[in-house]
Amino acid sequence: MTAQMAIFLVLAAVAIAGAINLILQRHPIHSALSLVVVMAALAGLYLLLDAEFVAAIQIIVYAGAIMVLFIFVIMLLNAGVEERTNMSHIASYAGIPLAALLLLELAYRVARASAPLVAQPTPEGATRQLSLLLFRNFAFPFELTSILILIGMVGALVLAKRDE
Amino acid sequence: MVPISYYSTLSAVLFGLGVIGFVFKRNIITIFMAIELMLNAVNLAFVAFSRALGQLQGQVFVFFVIVVAAAEAAVGLGIVILIARNRQSLNVERVNLLKL
Repeated sequence: MTAQMAIFLVLAAVAIAGAINLILQRHPIHSALSLVVVMAALAGLYLLLDAEFVAAIQIIVYAGAIMVLFIFVIMLLNAGVEERTNMSHIASYAGIPLAALLLLELAYRVARASAPLVAQPTPEGATRQLSLLLFRNFAFPFELTSILILIGMVGALVLAKRDE
Repeated sequence: MVPISYYSTLSAVLFGLGVIGFVFKRNIITIFMAIELMLNAVNLAFVAFSRALGQLQGQVFVFFVIVVAAAEAAVGLGIVILIARNRQSLNVERVNLLKL
């Protein structure tokens, strides 16, 4: 087993354990911390895939900004332990079988489709090429995202504002 | 060298766990976190296939997914604050005005 394979297996195990812990924990702050663990493991996997820029923004934007927003809201609302309620009939009867069906379908597709795919060598200076791609070929969608962020900001302010 | 199929399998498992969390959790903030988990799984698939095809467009799409996730988290958490203020509860079972 190569070192890369060992690192992949460790990071994958951490990511899956974090995701399972997210579901099992009943307090939202514990779920949020498990999600941070998943995101850090995914950043390591991006580094393993030679995607340094994505790994950096994964840590800075996802694990930094977005999760801080989540934890801030959890603390602001003083969210406690999740109440146990009776599940709806549809969820209790069809939930587990449908989730298993989805996983089986995905596993079948992955097992069938990914045989010929081998990792290509990463081009030299991938981050530079990524920025050229982002600011030349995808310049218009990039500008649109700034409008999206602006709308999101204004929307969050309008929603959370207290009525006078 | 790790085969790309390992990455896509991990992505599928994480997405499935996100779906399970989305269906079974009762706290609206945790449901949001399950959505973020699904977005992360999709990002992993994007980066893995971008590596497999030797093209960088996949990473640009990851960038856009992260931007949309940030906007979604901002607006979504604003809605959560509004619901918590109106209902005094974060349980989605209490948000049932549109339910038959």
